[in-house]
Amino acid sequence: MTSTEFFQQLINGLSLGAFYALIALGYTMVYGVLRFINFAHGDVFMIGAFCGYYLSPRLLPHFTGGLTPLGPVAVLILTMLICALLGVTIEKLAYRPLRQRPKLTVLITAIGVSLFLEYGGQFVFGADPKSFPELMPDRAIAGTGALTITTTQLAAFIVTICLLVALTFIVKRTRLGMAMRALSNNPTAAALMGVNIDVVISFTFALGSALAGAGGILYALSYPSIDPLMGLLPGIKAFVAAVLGGIGNIPGAAVGGIILGVVETFVGGSAFSTYRDAIAFSLLIVILLFRPAGIFGRAHSEKV
Amino acid sequence: MKYRHIKKWILLAAIILSGIVSRFSGGINSYYLQIIIFIGINITLAVGLNLINGYTGQFSLGHAGFMAIGAYVAAYLSTEHSAGLFRALGGPNFFSITLLFISVLIAGGLAAAAAGLIVGVPSLRLKGDYLAIVTLGFGEIIRVVIQNTDAVGGPRGYSGIANYTTLFWTYSVAAITIYVVVSLIDSTYGRGFLTVRDDEVASEAVGISTTRYKVTAFVLGAFFAGVAGGLYAHSTTYINPSGFDFQRSIEIVVMVILGGMGSTAGVAFAAILLTLLLEYLRFVSGYQWLPEIIRRIAANRVIIYSLVLIALMLLRPQGLFGRLPRRGIPIGGATKRAKLPAHSA
Repeated sequence: MTSTEFFQQLINGLSLGAFYALIALGYTMVYGVLRFINFAHGDVFMIGAFCGYYLSPRLLPHFTGGLTPLGPVAVLILTMLICALLGVTIEKLAYRPLRQRPKLTVLITAIGVSLFLEYGGQFVFGADPKSFPELMPDRAIAGTGALTITTTQLAAFIVTICLLVALTFIVKRTRLGMAMRALSNNPTAAALMGVNIDVVISFTFALGSALAGAGGILYALSYPSIDPLMGLLPGIKAFVAAVLGGIGNIPGAAVGGIILGVVETFVGGSAFSTYRDAIAFSLLIVILLFRPAGIFGRAHSEKV
Repeated sequence: MKYRHIKKWILLAAIILSGIVSRFSGGINSYYLQIIIFIGINITLAVGLNLINGYTGQFSLGHAGFMAIGAYVAAYLSTEHSAGLFRALGGPNFFSITLLFISVLIAGGLAAAAAGLIVGVPSLRLKGDYLAIVTLGFGEIIRVVIQNTDAVGGPRGYSGIANYTTLFWTYSVAAITIYVVVSLIDSTYGRGFLTVRDDEVASEAVGISTTRYKVTAFVLGAFFAGVAGGLYAHSTTYINPSGFDFQRSIEIVVMVILGGMGSTAGVAFAAILLTLLLEYLRFVSGYQWLPEIIRRIAANRVIIYSLVLIALMLLRPQGLFGRLPRRGIPIGGATKRAKLPAHSA
């Protein structure tokens, strides 16, 4: 592999990693406050892509002339709002009534919700893949020498970084963010200190789902064929990314996503390309065996 | 007569009965026969998974992967390596085919059990949702590996498998599976599975090796899934990797949950019910007098699984025949307490 090829693969891997990071953040935040894996998260990502598909033709014509660049931004923001609403609804209807039940019950419900979104999506949108509209001209950016960086890749990077900065701000600097961290630390104590548990959990689902929705749009820009089952594999891989970084740890999820994206792209470019989809799972098994708390996670022992 | 002898007689009676029914099954419509065979295979799969998910309290989402290993190993052996056996025993006659079929089914089961051992060992360090994802991952890895194995057709699937599966084989295997699981759980040794499910720390404290029980459950469950896979391959005569995907695993999990985790009779009943229901839905989706929306929902079986799962968890988490655990779900008055996340306790 020449150095140009190497850097090209690195760029492709980073842009794939950006999507995984966006989805992984939702897994990690929900795990942080509720200690369970929201299986349906990957499907919220799928709904995000479909929101983009249906919103674009209705919204973009309103942005003409100097306002044209704002069109995709409007689609992105509206999609994030819809997905946030979806996330809150799922939590309210399916997970909240089960909050004190055994974890397995909640896990099975989450699998049920995931299947419902996937196959309900197939029912509503149709099972055939749809081609995602071009929100902006997709071309290579000049002046990068032998390397190719496309405008969509650049947009994905910029949006991901902006969202990460915004998320860090919310979690570290706002009252709700502080309440989230308190809840994650010790729910009983947080409730006693006057934190409204229900509001904070809803807010966490809203944040995570909005990020997944944004991830859905960005993913669809790069891989413009979308179908109702598209969320399954990226969803599970993003979960692997969250575990890789240490589940419950926000910067960990971002780093885990990037690492997974890069590793997968390099394997995809090698002689083992057909094993690409098995990589994430093998990585997961290896991490769970040797460092179950992830790269940034802290191991804690079980109290009896 | 003691209870455990009764079980043996019931097993023997079930095997003889399935043999007799099988002998006269020639007159049964081949479509119905196929469904009856699928029911038997699903009973084997669900009862085997129930040992892992129900009795031992582990959550495996990769049962279709074990089934795939059993199906491919059995199909490969019976298709490519039967010539020598037939030559030695004077051609494909009743005796040589029986011997061949039993050995390939067992070989498929053993291969799946070996995979179960590989999955079971990392599962020792994992619990609940992590284990679910890892087993799901293993199931997918198995599928990807089969897709990349040219000797068994890769993504094109493997065809030309002999049709050896009869009612007799299917229901004998189902009866043996039920017998083994029930006897195991009823035995002194088998009570260990239940203690592992109920409280791991307490089990360790009284000297029960949770590790050994979990691995045993995985290996046994996988073995039965492998045998069921072998039966399936020799019944459909064509297998393909995408037939053993996540959806298939979920199907078996739904049977276990619907029947009630930890209730063998319930799980077997759910396997029968669900297989029949899903076949019936095929007809419903063809009834022209029904509104189109109902026909389309009937055609999409996974929507129904998902609704069954969600409704069961909200209304009857113990399934149709399961019993509630003594702790965990507060009875009465629980709604008045603040609904804190589960990890607050």
